[in-house]
Amino acid sequence: MSTDRLLDFDEVATRYEPVIGLETHVELGTASKMFCGCSTTFGAEPNTQTCPVCLGLPGSLPVANEAAVAATIKIGLALGSEIASWCRFARKNYFYPDIPKGFQTSQYDEPLCVGGHLDVVVDGETHRVEIERVHLEEDTGKNLHVGGSTGRIHGADHSLVDYNRAGIPLVEIVTKPVPGAGLKAPEVARAYVTELREIVQALGVSDVRMEQGSLRCDVNISLNPVRAAEWGTRTETKNVNSLRSVERAVRYEMRRQAVVLDEGGRIVQETRHFHEDTGSTSSGRSKEEATDYRYFPEPDLVPIAADAAWIEELRAGLPELPAARRERLQQEWGISGTEMQWLANAGALGLVEQTVAAGATPGDARKWWLGDLARRANEAGSELAELAVTPAQVAELAGLVEAGTINDKLARQVLDSVLAGRGGPADVVAAQGLAVLGESDELVAAVEAAIAGAPDIVAKVQSGKVQALGALVGAVMKTTRGTADAATVKRMLEERVLSS
Amino acid sequence: MSSLSRTDVEHLARLARLAVTDEELDLFAGQLDVVLTAVARVGEAPVADVPPTSHVVPLTNVFRPDEVTPSLPRDAVLAGAPAAEDDRFRVPRILQEEA
Ligand SMILES: [Zn+2]
Repeated sequence: MSTDRLLDFDEVATRYEPVIGLETHVELGTASKMFCGCSTTFGAEPNTQTCPVCLGLPGSLPVANEAAVAATIKIGLALGSEIASWCRFARKNYFYPDIPKGFQTSQYDEPLCVGGHLDVVVDGETHRVEIERVHLEEDTGKNLHVGGSTGRIHGADHSLVDYNRAGIPLVEIVTKPVPGAGLKAPEVARAYVTELREIVQALGVSDVRMEQGSLRCDVNISLNPVRAAEWGTRTETKNVNSLRSVERAVRYEMRRQAVVLDEGGRIVQETRHFHEDTGSTSSGRSKEEATDYRYFPEPDLVPIAADAAWIEELRAGLPELPAARRERLQQEWGISGTEMQWLANAGALGLVEQTVAAGATPGDARKWWLGDLARRANEAGSELAELAVTPAQVAELAGLVEAGTINDKLARQVLDSVLAGRGGPADVVAAQGLAVLGESDELVAAVEAAIAGAPDIVAKVQSGKVQALGALVGAVMKTTRGTADAATVKRMLEERVLSS
Repeated sequence: MSSLSRTDVEHLARLARLAVTDEELDLFAGQLDVVLTAVARVGEAPVADVPPTSHVVPLTNVFRPDEVTPSLPRDAVLAGAPAAEDDRFRVPRILQEEA
């Protein structure tokens, strides 16, 4: 669908330096909405979770949800932000049907949390992402565009709106511009969102499920010629809704903008839309006619003044944060910092930890998640956590290999079946008869038959040509249709041929 | 302060989606004019050395616990909408958005 011409990615970095910026929206996992008691349950029937407050009916009065304020402060503390001792909500006025009130209750020049940073490591190199602000606002309703051929708004006759989501607490985390990432910018962007997601998850304040929209990302990208004094004009790509897409969106915009600049054109400051199917972006609203949101302090909500005692209480209740946890696990598992970073960037850390907790060795757990499973997730274009296999099942699989019930090759077959929804590893092994043969009667018989059937090879082996044994191993594997463990077969053959 | 005309009130009523009769237009034009004149007096207050105030009560940290309370029945919610379809609010096509 895109007609953009793109510069080869490696070439972009020879002439341009990117500056990226990320605005991440986290829908909090509170039971009730930000300013009213409506439920926040995902997937409820349309417009069954609304009331006069979140519909903005005349005469209704909002009251802030204490748990949402506390959750926002926790996110700020985890990022090293300063917590405002006094701040207000503000009305962001605009007319769009996803906002029933005619304004979104947000924060403007007085965010709850200011500053902070998040360090991310890409290929062994640390990139510090400075945080500009963390503020609290409310989510909007959901529009469904009806009519037109593509289901998109273009060509739609009308829209249908569900306000269940309107008023759910939403935290916006905004970074300062991040220069200096160069060719690594796409990966730095992804690593940042991954790390942020892990922090929010560790804090337990949101389920941060990108596929359900409880974590959403807007990505700002500009390019400037190498060593230029000023940054270029940026575009803002909206609603980039998976970790992989964050990386792809940055990469795409870098390649697209480079062609425009190469040809002496200029980048238009605009909102762009990301298309998951093609990995491309397309022009949306131009920001050149800047929207005036006519922000003003929300008169219906009194200011928030978080006192030191409350902040310290929240700080004391913070869980172990991902960076500290990684350091601890790295020690426990005896792996390098780089290996640890691979795990984290692949979103595999928690999965590996749970797999180890379910009984696998750290080495086996890493091997499966970063090997076969990472490859399959990549092929499917999904996240590791979305694969249809649980850490407990991976541990079970590793256990079957460890016990010699199956070998690595069979384990991959078993994994295919598990991913296809045919049950847990042990069930699959039993149902499909995939177990390798131990020194069973069946295997002993196969070994003895192979020896009896090839006296010439036996003689060769006994005369010192030990590698001729391979032909006998092959014969046994053939009779047992690959269900035998090759090392076991070799040992059994050696015992019989060489000791006699 | 210029006085509010009958046409102004008619226009405002349309923007606010209020059905107003001819007699009401005359009534409201007169009443609103009085209100506007009264509010305009605020502009005469000597405020050069008064800091801007957003809240008149000296309160902070008014919170509610994170507890779910019943929502409105959907029928009641959609009854206030000019149009509804598939249990949702139906609104006109939105221009100038995503292509
Ligand atoms: Zn509500």
